[in-house]
Amino acid sequence: MAKSLSRREFIKIGGLGLGGLALGGGLMNSCANMLMEEQAVQLGLTGAANGSLALSPTVCEICFWKCAGWVHTIDGQPWKITGNEHDPSCNGRLCPRGTGGLGAYLDADRLRTPLIRTGVRGKQTFREATWDEALDFIAIKMKKIAEEHGPECVALFTHGSGGSYFKHLLRAYGSNNIAAPSYAQCRGPREEAYMLTFGEGVYSPERTDIRNSKCLVLIGSHLGENMHNTQVQEFADMVGNGGTVITVDPRYSVAASKSKYWLPIRPATDLALMLAWIHVIIEEQLFDQEYVKNNTYGFDELRQSVKKYTPEWAYPITTIKPHIIRETAREMGWQKPATLVHPGRHVTWYGDDTQRVRAGAILNALLGSWGRRGGFYYPNKAAVPKYKYPAYPAAKRSWRDAFPGKYPLANLALASGICDATLPSPERDCSFKGWLVYGTNLLMTLPQPKKTIAAMQNLDLLVAIDLMPAEITGWADVVLPECSYLERYDDLRVSPGRVPTVALRAPAFKTKYNSRPGWWIARELGLKMGLEKYFPWETLEDYLETRLKGAGLSLAELKEKGVVELPQRQPLYFEDGVQPEFDTPSGKIELYSDVLASYGFDPVPQYTAHEEPPDGYYRLLYGRAPTHTFGRTTNNPILTETMAENEVWINTKVAELNGIRNGEYIILANQDGAKTNKIKAKVTERIRHDCVYVVHGFGHQDKRLRKAFLRGADDAQLITKVKIDPIMGGTGMRVNFVTFEKVVQAV
Amino acid sequence: MARYAMVIDTRRCVGCADCVVACKTENNVADGFCRDWIVQDVRGGYPDLQMEIRSERCNHCENAPCVRCCPTGASTIAVGGIVIVERDECTGCKACIASCPYDARFVHPEGFVDKCTFCIHRVKEGLNPACVSVCPTKCMFFGDLDDPDSEVSKLLKARPNHALFPEAGTKPKIYYLT
Repeated sequence: MAKSLSRREFIKIGGLGLGGLALGGGLMNSCANMLMEEQAVQLGLTGAANGSLALSPTVCEICFWKCAGWVHTIDGQPWKITGNEHDPSCNGRLCPRGTGGLGAYLDADRLRTPLIRTGVRGKQTFREATWDEALDFIAIKMKKIAEEHGPECVALFTHGSGGSYFKHLLRAYGSNNIAAPSYAQCRGPREEAYMLTFGEGVYSPERTDIRNSKCLVLIGSHLGENMHNTQVQEFADMVGNGGTVITVDPRYSVAASKSKYWLPIRPATDLALMLAWIHVIIEEQLFDQEYVKNNTYGFDELRQSVKKYTPEWAYPITTIKPHIIRETAREMGWQKPATLVHPGRHVTWYGDDTQRVRAGAILNALLGSWGRRGGFYYPNKAAVPKYKYPAYPAAKRSWRDAFPGKYPLANLALASGICDATLPSPERDCSFKGWLVYGTNLLMTLPQPKKTIAAMQNLDLLVAIDLMPAEITGWADVVLPECSYLERYDDLRVSPGRVPTVALRAPAFKTKYNSRPGWWIARELGLKMGLEKYFPWETLEDYLETRLKGAGLSLAELKEKGVVELPQRQPLYFEDGVQPEFDTPSGKIELYSDVLASYGFDPVPQYTAHEEPPDGYYRLLYGRAPTHTFGRTTNNPILTETMAENEVWINTKVAELNGIRNGEYIILANQDGAKTNKIKAKVTERIRHDCVYVVHGFGHQDKRLRKAFLRGADDAQLITKVKIDPIMGGTGMRVNFVTFEKVVQAV
Repeated sequence: MARYAMVIDTRRCVGCADCVVACKTENNVADGFCRDWIVQDVRGGYPDLQMEIRSERCNHCENAPCVRCCPTGASTIAVGGIVIVERDECTGCKACIASCPYDARFVHPEGFVDKCTFCIHRVKEGLNPACVSVCPTKCMFFGDLDDPDSEVSKLLKARPNHALFPEAGTKPKIYYLT
């Protein structure tokens, strides 16, 4: 294209195009729009031109929910993105992030060309390189690491669709050390807790049957601020239908404002409340007696174990009054089995997270909601055969070897663990020498950023593959610019769910700048390392066609429809008269876990008190905003218009005590003296007196992010302390305490 | 002629601002401005709190002060009672901005006054405004108040509701179900 158009010029062209509007490929559906006729008329623009409106299918990459949608373009220029009506992950309605997804493509601060570092790590001095040069650099270093230390000494950190190609590349290279911060820094404890209890995880998207639930219990889950699309849609349906919501949160969240009961619990005491609920539900016989008798293991041990956890015991710990604990437990009992104790998602809070989430799993088991309408359904798996590759070489060592005897029940690699094992130690024969980092800004996603920096200084090779510059790309030896999701094909979205589906992401635009799709980068790198037998396809279209053929589908069909439903193979709920089986050692739902006991952990969750903030300090809580996905969107030119910086929520009385005015910029300092950038104070009645709250993902320190640079504060900088879950290695991060400092004006 | 109105169920709304973002892309709203916005109206003190979340915009008033005070006739009433600004006729004098009780108008960087159009280009095609069509919580409804069978008429009959600043006497047409 000769010239890029300003947004204003674009309107004019769009308006002109009305006369001869050509509709793309028969794809128009009822959501397609005639373009801005009024504006065109008002601008005095009339007459025919060659405006043509086209739709191309996409799968959103702004968060991991991966809703399918349509990209609307006019003469190839971006207009808007709407949801695909046939996609059960969005039902035709994207969340604000997906609606603003064009910002990812339009962002002027994107990485534009491969970069090779010219100075020391941490000093952001790079030179522009050709793809050939940058990939050669990486291939040579990776070969050298493989020869000198073994390929297992290279690890991959990944988040997002394109990570799959780099996983494949790393396995072909000979390493299994593939970690996603979404495990040990997010939902790992939840998956292990449900695995231990029901023999299956909750998975993502969650198998929660919110829309049919009559009583929804949210423990720190802030649905509505956390915009996991269909969960929020179902939450609205459930609230609209008059369902009971019980929200446990130190903050009066959006969900709390929709709740019959808001329980403003003292932070870090949730497990005490849950144990008291279990106590009441058992003692008042509110549980599903037949379900428990037929399906569970260890009821008597559980009953014995929670005898001491009375509501009166829990009151001084949680500050929730005993009669409220009883009332809410009864409400849960009355609505069973359509009572859903939501398992949460980001659950790495206090280091006993697997046990806390397991208490919720036990509540669900007692209420009989697992496998029942309004509780948890059984997702139908989508059967699309994988592409057949030659077998990967066997990796001789794994990330587990770095932690002998520790975290026995971790099923996935720990991102934080790989970071630890990069620091040299006499106890280990091999420390990690190379990191490939795909789509995750480790300095914000991992706690203890100073440790991450120390680890990175020990690497022989650090490669960052990303759309945007970020703190991590500043530390990399080689930076590879990936194009946005709107400029590329990607692997199929094969989604389990009530209705299994397969969805296609196709490029709506030509690749911008000198960026490339992840699949191309991984393949070229593979070829340079002599791994061509693992990359028999030449383009991703070849690969997709082969995969789709295996499922009796074609690329042409997917391009036309965007989403195709696959056959449903199993019922969503347990059927009457059929004894369900559980993939646990006892074959039952394990209220008591022999596995946990065998490793020396509590077989039934027990309460242990957590450290409280010292005088003048407040527990740091963090969460999400509906228009942002962590730090990934805080430079998005469309989404920043709704929220450009975060605020710190401070209780009114606490603010008064500290002389802080609403809207004033302050600095947060933690127990170890770590400080943030300045952040605006939101003085509010909506939070307890013993904690503060910030939205995660702001306070970027990379000045190449012109909209995000030093806008708000980064909570990760205050997470200098973690409590590690001994069961699976999750990093509990809500164990840091902050105080307030005034902003000193530069003279 | 139709009398278009919007009904927003505050029980369902989570304030996610999808309406704001969709409006921006649909209408190519100027950078730095929004034609609709979210208000979290908090009442009470900890821990006895209530909050009404509202998606707000131009109320397309039946007795529109912006139309009455406009010296050039740029602010005018179009099909279905939709209040619009004819850009060619707008001098950017801001009289309408001063008269609006809802603070719904702003001066576009190119000098004319801009605001919500109820997506009149979509309404003419029989579609809902962009904000209504994207809302993930389905909390927004659009329709004709003169049609007793329209969803908006039925909802207003069935559920308690309120408009904003009815005391201003402008006869606003955005209703909030409570």
